[in-house]
Amino acid sequence: MKPVAGYRPHDPGTQPNHLHPAYASSIKRAPTQPLVHIPYTLTEITGPSFGPQLVSMAACDLTRQHKGEPLGERIVVSGRVLDENSRPVPNSLVEIWQANAAGRYCHEWDQHDAPLDPNFTGSGQAVTDSEGRYRFVTIRPGEYPWGNHYNAWRPAHIHFSLFGPSFATRLVTQMFFPGDPLLPYDPIFNCTADEKARNRLISVFDWQTTLPMNALGYKFDIILRGRDATPMEQ
Amino acid sequence: MDLCATTSQTVGPFFKIGLLWLSRNKLAEEGAAGERVTVRGRVIDGDGIPVPDAILEVWQANSHGKYAHMEDSQDKPLDNDLWGYGRIFVNAEGAFCFSTIKPGSVPGPDDKEQAPHLAITLFMRGLLRHLWTRMYFPNDSRNLADPILSLVPADRRSTLVATDSPNEPGALEWNIILQGKHETVFFELGS
Repeated sequence: MKPVAGYRPHDPGTQPNHLHPAYASSIKRAPTQPLVHIPYTLTEITGPSFGPQLVSMAACDLTRQHKGEPLGERIVVSGRVLDENSRPVPNSLVEIWQANAAGRYCHEWDQHDAPLDPNFTGSGQAVTDSEGRYRFVTIRPGEYPWGNHYNAWRPAHIHFSLFGPSFATRLVTQMFFPGDPLLPYDPIFNCTADEKARNRLISVFDWQTTLPMNALGYKFDIILRGRDATPMEQ
Repeated sequence: MDLCATTSQTVGPFFKIGLLWLSRNKLAEEGAAGERVTVRGRVIDGDGIPVPDAILEVWQANSHGKYAHMEDSQDKPLDNDLWGYGRIFVNAEGAFCFSTIKPGSVPGPDDKEQAPHLAITLFMRGLLRHLWTRMYFPNDSRNLADPILSLVPADRRSTLVATDSPNEPGALEWNIILQGKHETVFFELGS
């Protein structure tokens, strides 16, 4: 085997630490021992491959998964998945989940006193096309209270899960909305030290993808780790 | 132009909504070659309490030591009955269970052979970035020379090696301990 090409290290401050005490759940779950650095091997640079046949066309429209229309403001969320070398990432599975317009998740553990919507589950899947593009039609999720601290509220957000070309590029993140007044107070959004990196989690309102008389468009590009330029000799 | 990788965020407590459709506790189809194993374990937090809202993902080679991926250029056969990917949800007691086959060995740094292992990623509420670890197999002499295990402090290596179940033949036990004296070893990729 030729030496394998690894991935670029993250820029300092652009990823959260595991322990972030303002996010109370991290305190008893973050590792306390130092992480052990390991070189990239065939194990890490390979990973599950997904073809477009894995998900149905309907899976990317969260407003048409039930008999009726869900309540709330219809939106189009779209963007591109690229790597750090600006190359599109095709055939990446993109999975999303979110609360409904009232800020309630369709999950038995969510006890927030807001109504469920029988016409909204809040789960979608897509596979990126040859240019790395994805597109979802959904409902703008509501903000909701949570128990992290007194009077804690999560800003409106959509959870994103992506694979990219290998197990090393796996990413789970959250997309936020521009102008949300709760963003400065959210310990999860603010867990990343680098302000620019943090702000890239905020989607951009987009006229081009806004559908007349139908739905506002929000653009959210996602960047996965890029390959090192040269294969490692070690 | 260089871009900066998107920052990671937690899966939160409600990830089942979005991730359950691809749940895969059975990694090997009936026809897959190799020694069958069942792996059972628990995810335990810093208070010793089982974590009920975690998810594991597994990636592994087939019994010949070949990954079903275009970047594996080894001259070894693929196995159509083994994709190599698993997505396992813990239950309300923090317990998980999956079945697969023991993978073959794959090359590592400097073409040194790696002992059979499963790559594991771990996601849960409270984790702002997912954790990386590996599970190795008990009673395999190749563990002693494994180039990745040898990077781990000797007194912590056992956290990455499953044990034979005392009461279930063919089953392995492997717990993920998030904090404390027996804390599982987690990796940072890139040396």
